Amino acid sequence: MSVLVIAEHENGVLKPETAKVVSAAVKIGSQVDVLVAGHNVAGAADSVASIAGVNVVKLADNASFEHQLAESTADLIVEIAGGYSHILASASTTGKNILPRVAALLDKSQISEIVDVIDADTFKRPIYAGNAIATVKSLESQKVITVRASAFDAAAEQAPVAVESLSNDNANTLSSFVGVEQTESERPELTAAPVIISGGRGMQNGENFALLNGVADKLGAAIGASRAAVDAGFVPNDMQVGQTGKIVAPDLYIAVGISGAIQHLAGMKDSKIIVAINKDPEAPIFQVADYGLVADLFDVLPELEQAL
Amino acid sequence: MKVLVPIKRVIDYNVKARVKADNSDVDLTNVKMAMNPFCEIAVEEAIRLKEAGSATEVIAVSIGDKACQEQLRTALALGADKAIHIETDAKLESLHVAKLLAKLVEQENPELVILGKQSIDADNNQTGQMLGALTKRGQGTFASKLVIEGENAVVTREVDGGLQTVSLPLPAIVTTDLRLNEPRYATLPNIMKAKRKPLDVIAADTLGVDLAPRVELVKVEEPAKREAGVIVESVEELVTKLKTEAKVIS
Repeated sequence: MSVLVIAEHENGVLKPETAKVVSAAVKIGSQVDVLVAGHNVAGAADSVASIAGVNVVKLADNASFEHQLAESTADLIVEIAGGYSHILASASTTGKNILPRVAALLDKSQISEIVDVIDADTFKRPIYAGNAIATVKSLESQKVITVRASAFDAAAEQAPVAVESLSNDNANTLSSFVGVEQTESERPELTAAPVIISGGRGMQNGENFALLNGVADKLGAAIGASRAAVDAGFVPNDMQVGQTGKIVAPDLYIAVGISGAIQHLAGMKDSKIIVAINKDPEAPIFQVADYGLVADLFDVLPELEQAL
Repeated sequence: MKVLVPIKRVIDYNVKARVKADNSDVDLTNVKMAMNPFCEIAVEEAIRLKEAGSATEVIAVSIGDKACQEQLRTALALGADKAIHIETDAKLESLHVAKLLAKLVEQENPELVILGKQSIDADNNQTGQMLGALTKRGQGTFASKLVIEGENAVVTREVDGGLQTVSLPLPAIVTTDLRLNEPRYATLPNIMKAKRKPLDVIAADTLGVDLAPRVELVKVEEPAKREAGVIVESVEELVTKLKTEAKVIS
């Protein structure tokens, strides 16, 4: 078994999902190579070289991969895919965008968002918004798989292995980059943060989300939101935790004014410790919380900030 | 501009899926079914393009057994001009669906195909991207904004950490995210009118696509239940427990 992992990076910096996907790859096979495709991403490739379990880092540093457009990146992956029994990427928006295109070009059925590796052919994945867990066995000779990174622990570190440079240039005419609008934040990213504090409809409006800042500052936490809060226009969609937003599994998840709809639980129920703060004692969030506090969030938040 | 909108019949999003007692699959007997929510957004976007004068014809297509004609009628009631039902009883994977759609794209040659980014049953998020590969078209996935500018589709995409905008020369493939639009409801007169709109049926096996399974469903289980914990009485007690019992803060 030899596995090719597609590295996840942003602005030339390796994202923590990659070490988690490598740890899934190591469960599948002993030969794990990682492809870093982008432009000016040598730094990210160096970081990959130090992830335990990685054998060879393949660096495709070319202007045609600058924005990781699916059309160019998929062509590149197909060019180097020969010889690998498995191709893995994180089920991030980047991986989800690129990998099905790769699978179709290779004429393979893809398995999406695995949360466990049973053996080299068999995997577990959530279906129906996490209301059921399917065990699926791929009959394909070459497997194309996306990995829910939060379900795997990050691989440890190792003495750096070699970085091999590729000369591929896969400029395409099917799509071109126009621009990007990055959400500016001093806080850790939701999918990487060890602590998350999220607000729901109980926050009442967008301004009140500022009340979460104090607690988040004390804990070094990322700030998330439920879909109800996003749909109500309190905060942008990229803060959404849930089946239709980000899937997270931090050490500590604090749900504030969140009722606990199935769709939200699907995004955070694998957190190590869940705290729920809600004034409605009947809120379903309390059924999954390790610690529940039935109280008005507007009283609790300042008090919590003080107590930390 | 002709727009093709593939739609899927799935469990209604308000219904909680239950696992069968023999763990063979999810139990869909007597469960309310509906159009996949992301597909509704796709239909709405296509109709808005027609209302804005950019699209001339909107064709809805669904693949599955006879029952999915119900969702095609809904699409017609919402404003699609014509529907195509690709009939099959086979259990299909995203790759099969993409291949069948690619055949239809060959026949109908739409300038734009708009699909939901994923279905809420299998949660695969694959079909649009696969269709892009098979038809050699550019893809704008997870769209929160779609603008037709001359010969290009300019798509703003919801990505981790923000928004990315790409330009795709037509013909192209677009998949919808939640914020693209808010779908309308079908009105009674339009539901009546939809009954007279054309709905063609094509047998899937006439399209020359190998529909043999490539992934075997071994079993389906309930997810591990999380036990409810304790209710604390005060912020002070909460912080103490987090420090000394859970040890997640210091």
